[in-house]
Amino acid sequence: MAKQDSTLHPRPGVAFLGMPAFTEAAHIALGDDQLRRNLGRATRTIRDKRTRAVGELEDWQDLRTAAAMIKDRTLADLDRHLEQFEAAATAAGATVHWAADADEAVRISTEIVRAHQGTDVIKVKSMATQEIGLNEAFAEDGINAWETDLAELIIQLGGDTPSHFLVPAIHRNREEIRQIFLDRMAEVGRPAPDDLTDEPRRLAEAARLHLREKFLTTSIGFSGANFAVAETGTLVVLESEGNGRMCLTLPDVLVSVVGIEKLLPTFADLEVFMQVLPRSSTAERMNPYTTMWTGVTEGDGPQELHIILLDNGRTRALADNTGRQALRCIRCSACLNVCPVYERVGGHAYGSVYPGPIGAILNPLLHGVSDEHDAALPFASSLCGACYEACPVKIDIPTVLIEQRAEVVEERADSGRPSAEALAMRIAAWTFADHRRLERAQKVASKAGPVVQHVRRLPGMLGGWTASRDLPPIPDESFHQWWERTRGADR
Amino acid sequence: MKVSIFVTCLADTLFPDVGRAMVTVLERLGCQVDFPVAQTCCGQMHMNTGYARPAGDMVRSFADTFAGAEAVVVPSGSCTGMLRHHGRNVAPGVHLPPVYELSEFLVDVLGVTDVGATFNGSVTYHPTCHSLRLLGVGDRPYRLLQAVKGLDLRELPEADQCCGFGGTFALKNAEVSSAMGEDKINNALSTGAEVICTSDSSCMMHLGGLLSRRKSAVRSMHLAEILAGQG
Ligand code: SF4
Repeated sequence: MAKQDSTLHPRPGVAFLGMPAFTEAAHIALGDDQLRRNLGRATRTIRDKRTRAVGELEDWQDLRTAAAMIKDRTLADLDRHLEQFEAAATAAGATVHWAADADEAVRISTEIVRAHQGTDVIKVKSMATQEIGLNEAFAEDGINAWETDLAELIIQLGGDTPSHFLVPAIHRNREEIRQIFLDRMAEVGRPAPDDLTDEPRRLAEAARLHLREKFLTTSIGFSGANFAVAETGTLVVLESEGNGRMCLTLPDVLVSVVGIEKLLPTFADLEVFMQVLPRSSTAERMNPYTTMWTGVTEGDGPQELHIILLDNGRTRALADNTGRQALRCIRCSACLNVCPVYERVGGHAYGSVYPGPIGAILNPLLHGVSDEHDAALPFASSLCGACYEACPVKIDIPTVLIEQRAEVVEERADSGRPSAEALAMRIAAWTFADHRRLERAQKVASKAGPVVQHVRRLPGMLGGWTASRDLPPIPDESFHQWWERTRGADR
Repeated sequence: MKVSIFVTCLADTLFPDVGRAMVTVLERLGCQVDFPVAQTCCGQMHMNTGYARPAGDMVRSFADTFAGAEAVVVPSGSCTGMLRHHGRNVAPGVHLPPVYELSEFLVDVLGVTDVGATFNGSVTYHPTCHSLRLLGVGDRPYRLLQAVKGLDLRELPEADQCCGFGGTFALKNAEVSSAMGEDKINNALSTGAEVICTSDSSCMMHLGGLLSRRKSAVRSMHLAEILAGQG
């Protein structure tokens, strides 16, 4: 296992507590060889599989366009679709709650559990409940929340936070998982067998027996939803293991926490998303389990259904002309798997439940950029564009990143903190405003050239360059000078 | 055909050979080359770092300098991408002449893949992100390289992965940038090629800087320099 003091396994929390901002977190992550190996191998495998799965569909580009258009149409009229959803879900027997922020969503959730004198709840993997920090808030209130997704179980038992949407324990290898099971399972339920090996089959078996106990003894379930259909009031969850389905059908009471951007206008719209989501995320033609639930049915499944519609910054994002498209996101994680920055640093460096390229734009959209963590994220990209190319709902992440960088620059300027960067950019802009200035600067640089070439470590921002790379020698003659010398300056 | 060249601020200052090579290739193919001396920068560095207003000023100044040009040829996929895809956003209402990245111009406008070049050595090609994704130049650079006499073209593993330059990303997140560059170089070295070729001076500077720090004998070269070579 990697050295403890230099690994990034932040404590759980709404935003990961005590996390350094991206650049420093990336430094720590890059020092963890095991993490880099785990990540590199995993993302490469998923990436190749996804390319093949997507390549099977001739109309992939049309599907992307259709998915983006359906989402945009929904977002343009979100209030109406939400009201329609509320009416349909209520008519089917659900209770709909509205939560403006994380605190409100947590308060509503806690009240529901208390009303049933519950001490334990089971959960199907859900980004929304992670976003509001539900497990941690429950723990403070003496309520135990048990994750039932295999990877989430690993994360929870390891006292860790997820680092990927779909493969939350992507940063852990099999031997690490075996150790976590042996060390922790006994404390919270059925122990792992003493002779547990790191064979995937044996690990899955240990998890299954451990979880079965939870399913059969817990009467309150919590979930999120991949989609919410406005016309019918239906919630939809796609998953691979079937544990989610148990969690959605066995308890007496089910609470679903759903971001307001999950809406789709009609049942027919699912057709497009049932094609693009599995292929983009798990590279499967179809996911093994799709569960849909509409209100309650007497004598079948949960007899009480609460739906908490969560804003928590989404209307803030909706008001952003360029950034709004981030609300199309269906959390497939394709952008994470193709992102070269994510591949090197892992999910924890982003300091949020939303890592990778989408996290880099979504967090600043939900919270603004006044916090240093959020302000660092738009710069955590080389703008290579691989995320945009992979995204099944065509979110132009690079363009949103560029726009957010401008926001960060503006915010810094407003706060009256002059930065070396702003000054450098002003000088560069002044130099570029007139070619004679540029030519004078080139002459100065070429004279300084021999000096610069012998300074391998430079201070300030340029030091970032010279810590690992040499600067090219600065030529005596610029192209401008060459042209004027050989062709004349009269053109 | 009369073509105007936009050399880019980076090549102008640090890699004038790239500009000279582009002139050589274009003139060899019978073009009349014009270099409007008032040119400076496309504004990409400013825009990508969050300084949109000065970037807009640079795009407008570019438009003035190249007003009336039949075709502007650029030895950079990212500067071409900047002008073509972001130019109007940062400088609304600006009228830009048609701008082509070098391989696009040679293959699409002039209709040639064999530019009459010779290069004795093995080369592996890194298709830069902006050429690949923003412009969609596809296999044009490969077709040009394949037609070079004596050139032994080696396929680069994981070619479409970013090299990690990314403008000010290379400074702000220098460690991640270098880690990406190191992987790119390891892939290039695995081909046994003597040269890593790109069509962007910025990627070339990044990879060249890493190679030089490693004291590697492998060189980084611009596509234009290879296409200009003769025996
Ligand atoms: S941004 Fe696109 S690719 Fe990334 S998780 Fe969301 S839908 Fe998937």
